[in-house]
Order: sequence, then C-alpha cells, then structure tokens
Amino acid sequence: MDDSVAEHRPLRILIADDSDSDRLILRTLVKRLGHQVLEASNGLDAVALFRREAPDLVLLDALMPVMDGMEAARQIKSLAGERLVPVIFLTSLSEAGALARCLEAGGDGFLGKPYNRIIIEAKINAFNRMRLMHQALSEQRDLSRERNRQLTEEQEIAKRVFDNVAHSGCLGASNIRYHASPQSIFNGDVLFASPRPAGGVLIFMGDFTGHGLPAAIGAMPVAEIFYGMASKGFNGQDVLREINQKLKRILPTDMFCCGAMIEADFKLNQVQVWNGGLPDGWLIRASGERQALPSQHLPLGILPPEQFNAEFDRLGAGSGDRLLLMTDGFLESADSSGQVFGEQGVNQALAHLDASDHPFDAMMSAVHRFTGGFTDGDDLTLCCLEMSDQAGLSAVPDRAMPSALAGPAEWRCSYEIREQTLGEFSPLPLLLHICMEVPGLRRKSGEIYTLLAELYNNALEHGVLELPSEWKHSPEGFERYYQERRRRLANVEGHYIRFTLHHSLKPEGGRLRVVCEDSGRGFDFQNHPGATSSVHLGRSRRYAGRGLLLLKRLSESIRFHEQGNHVEIVYDWHFSGASANPGSEAT
Amino acid sequence: MPIQTRRDDDGQTLVIRIEGRFDFSTHQAFRDAYEHGDPDIRGYIIDLSETTYLDSSALGMLLLLRDYAGGDSGRIVIENCNNDVRRILSISNFEQLFTIR
Repeated sequence: MDDSVAEHRPLRILIADDSDSDRLILRTLVKRLGHQVLEASNGLDAVALFRREAPDLVLLDALMPVMDGMEAARQIKSLAGERLVPVIFLTSLSEAGALARCLEAGGDGFLGKPYNRIIIEAKINAFNRMRLMHQALSEQRDLSRERNRQLTEEQEIAKRVFDNVAHSGCLGASNIRYHASPQSIFNGDVLFASPRPAGGVLIFMGDFTGHGLPAAIGAMPVAEIFYGMASKGFNGQDVLREINQKLKRILPTDMFCCGAMIEADFKLNQVQVWNGGLPDGWLIRASGERQALPSQHLPLGILPPEQFNAEFDRLGAGSGDRLLLMTDGFLESADSSGQVFGEQGVNQALAHLDASDHPFDAMMSAVHRFTGGFTDGDDLTLCCLEMSDQAGLSAVPDRAMPSALAGPAEWRCSYEIREQTLGEFSPLPLLLHICMEVPGLRRKSGEIYTLLAELYNNALEHGVLELPSEWKHSPEGFERYYQERRRRLANVEGHYIRFTLHHSLKPEGGRLRVVCEDSGRGFDFQNHPGATSSVHLGRSRRYAGRGLLLLKRLSESIRFHEQGNHVEIVYDWHFSGASANPGSEAT
Repeated sequence: MPIQTRRDDDGQTLVIRIEGRFDFSTHQAFRDAYEHGDPDIRGYIIDLSETTYLDSSALGMLLLLRDYAGGDSGRIVIENCNNDVRRILSISNFEQLFTIR
C-alpha cells in the first residue's frame, strides 16, 4: 500500500455526541475536511455502529446518556482487537482525574470544546498517520510470522529428507557411542558411520561453516557419498577425495567443512585417521595410555583435487582401544561466566581414566559438570569407537530371497592393473560391482569383498612388493612395513596384477572362481605352512599372516600354481541362504 | 570502527587491521576493506594484533580474500595473532594457504 495515497484517502469517522448542535458543528467541520461521517447520539448506538461499519477513527463525547463515552471506548477498543482505531474524546472537562480516566478507558487523545477547525484537522491527520503506521507494522509482522512459519516447516521437511539420507548407517552399533546435538543438521555438525563390506568400520565427523540450510545443503552430498562409497567397499582415502572434490565444486569459497575420518580394521588391529580442521582426536589404549590425533590437513572443500592430501595416519590399535572424535562446539562449551571448556578441559577429563572408566562417559560428565548442564541443545558432537568387532556391524543386510535367475549367471571377465596404477587405484569396488550383478552373490558382498581384497593385497604386498608379513608383528616393524610399502610402490615398472573371474550356475546356486595372478617372484607354497592344507589352521596363523587363513575359511578351495604367484579360489553359493562353506564354521 | 586499512610503506601492500571479534558480523566491513582496492595493490597484510577472537566464518572470509588476491599466487600475510587466534588458524592448517607470522 502506498502510504502517501492512503494518508489522503477520505476517512470514515464515527462521531458520538448526545448534543445535536455540537454534533452538527463537528459533522460540518469534518465533512469539509473531506471525510465521511457516521453519527450516534449515545454510547450504545456508537458501539453498534462501530460493529456494523468499522470506521477508521472515533470521536467520542465523554458524557452521554444510556452508555457514557468511557464504557463505549472500552467496548470499541475491545471490538477493534489488534486493529488500531484511534478514539478521541470530545470534552469540555479539564479536571486531570477525569481526563486520565478517559485515557485509561482506551482513549488516545482529546479534542476540547469549543471546536477549532485547525486543531481538529491536525489531530485527525496525526492519529491517521499513527493508524497507518500501526497497520503497516502489523502487516509486516504478519508477513514475517508467515515467512518464519514456512521456513520452519521447510527446515523440518529438509531435516526429514536429510535424516533418511544420513542415518542409514551403523551409529547404533554397540561399539560406537556418540552424542550429537538434538538438531544436529541445523548447526552444521554431521556424524556418519558405515560398516565396510570387508569388515571394520568407517566413521566421518564433520563441522560445516555456517548454520541452517546452507550447512544442510553441503551435508547432503557428503552423506550420499559417504554411505554410497563405503558400502561399495571404497576405502577412506577414496571417500575423502570424493567428498573434498564435491564440496570444492558446490560450496561458495567462504564455506567449507572441518572433518575427520576413522577407518578401523578389527582384523588387522589397525586404525587409520585423517583430521582436517577438527580439534585433536584421541586414541586411548586399553592401558590408559593416550595419543593425540591432531588436525594435519586443511578442511574439506578448500583445496582443488590435485592439491588435496588424503593421506591417513596409520596406527596399530587392538581390542579395547578406543578412539574419540569431537567438534569445536565441544571445546567451546561455556560455563555461566563465559569460560570455555577448551583443550584443557578435555585433557583433564582424559587424564585420570581408570580401566573401568569409559572415555565417552568421562568426557560427557566433565563437560556437564563444567557447564552446569547447559550443554543440552548446544551444537556439540562427540563420538567414541571401541576397537572390537560387533555382530551389529555385519556388513550388508540380507535382502529377501533372490529371484532365482535374474541377472547374469554365466560369465567370465579378466581385469589387469599395471605399472603405476598398482597401489594408486583399487580395483576392488569395480570387481565387487561386477559380482554383485549376480543376485545370489549380492547377499554375500562382505565375503566376496574380503576374498578379493585379501587376494589383491597378497598379490601386491607380498607378490609384487615382496614385503615380508612377519614385519607387521611388532610395532616398529609395523611402521617399517608401511614405509617400505610406500617406497617400493614408487618402483613397480613392468609389474601387473590380473584378476580373472568366472561365474557359472550349479544346481541350487552358483560357483565363482577367482584367479589372481601377479608378476612377482612367487613363494615356496609347497613348504609354506599357511599354503598347505595339511597344516592345522589355528597353528598356521603366526607364519602365514591372516590373509591366507581368511581365504581358506571363506572359500571352497584354494590352490596355488606356477611359483605361487597364481592363486585360484573357488567360492560356492546356494539359494537356501545358509552358508555353504564348510570352512566358515571353523574357529 | 573495528576494521582499519592503510597502505604499507611500499605503497603496494594493503594492511587490514581488525579489532575485537573477527566473525560473521565483520563480513561486509572486511569485504569493503579490500574490494575497492586500486590496481597498485600487490599484496595484503592482515594485522590481527587487536583481534580477540576468530571463528570459522572469519576463516571463510580469509579464503574469499585469497581468491580475490589471485588464489595460489596471491600474497597474503597474517600477522600478530594471539594464542587463541593462532590455535584456530593452526587447527585448520591455514598456514598451508597463508603466510602466518
């Protein structure tokens, strides 16, 4: 509405006065000013007229028969509700108490008798301006109220969509404990956890700059990438690279995501950690000894892919060891005087842990004590992973019985990785993907991934790179093993690893044959304790490493050819769903 | 005025000095400080000697300046940080993007 026009629009003015002559004078004056007039001769009529005609402004005699001006003003104000209808008392009263009662009854001002044309005009204009301003404010308020309601509703929908994307993981597993603020998405913190098909778990904690929808929009693709890639068997490095690249592309320059990722392998007793911009994470040994996992990288979404460093720190961590990650909000929890919890608070909370204390509980109770319970609803996120494999983490859930033969049943494919690509690129997601086209195999993705991964790692680390697995049995050797692995990977000219997969149908199921060949020198499998089937599996553990043992358990048969650099595995599956591998029951 | 700018003695470096909290409320003033810069400016010094606090949106603003100054080839020095500010810059590993002294 255009105010300058509205201000000059004729007003509808109700005049209530029991004196016919006074009313006549006033009506004449008001009409001459260009306004419309409604007339009443007592309070009751005035209220009835007001109700029927809803005038813009009321001129009210204080003393009238039947119902006086005070009562009429009260009723008119109550009828007007939120609308501002100025009520101006017409009075020859000058006693302060009487004037005050007029205002208390809801009056906005006075017009003294006898009437003065100039004063009347000025008053009507002044109260009209007030009325219009009030109207404009009310409209603004209603508008922003409505917009706010819409926004809240949209955010709730966005949150529902986000929850569907983000909470499909394994945060509920019994070896993971976490605290995420109640509205985690709208403060920009995210926490994802996914089991890996090969066993173990991948955890991502992120903290987006900014709040609300912008942060949620960034968080969506991260959740998609994380859960999508983790379930296909990609490793933490690949997932991080993809997240960084995506965020770099979609986020504005001044937005990014501080984040940390943990890749835990319970079979190898190993964790890998990447921290870009989150506060120190902690590895807390079962013995109580602890080690900081500081941020060593830029946050995600800043560097272009070619400059991004997705190198994880690798640590040995065994049963009972725990990992803690937290977002900035945790350190910034403040007490009533504005002091923050800080790194000092974390250090104190973790310094006096007993064997029976869970670091998660210690941290939560320390921050609660510190803040006096103010933390509820704040944007702090804390997550603790315990190094112990849980049944709850068992990889991909069994789907319904496969429709018998939909999908490829008879096929063979060969895939060879050569030269520098060895070690830089993992062929496993691709090979797993091909196998998963067979409906009966889809339910076995965890086992298939393990088979392929063990074969590939054996071929690469022991075959091509000739690394002795004994090194991994001591902490120093562990370090040396991975240093040496990196060094030797730089020089793999002329080398290759070749997978040949062959799938065929059998009655009630199918058979997958996997041949993995490498260009290494091989090994003396005739006398290798892990490679000969006559040796009891339990005793071969120490010398053969765990890879061969796993392969034996999972497959129907394993055979070595050539100089030991040609491994053939047969894996059978059955429609019945029950495990068909006799070895898998072995302890 | 929480943000002050001046030319360094060489005439080619813009010194931006931020007082108090460097956070989202500083957004517009910080952008104004460098965006109407003249073509003579070759480098920037962010003087944080009077900065008490820096949050992630300030980190974002520094990234904006970095883009404005030419990304990898831009010359930006952040100096005189107090311990809290320094800690936030180093957790985020911003020394990989800026010269911090």
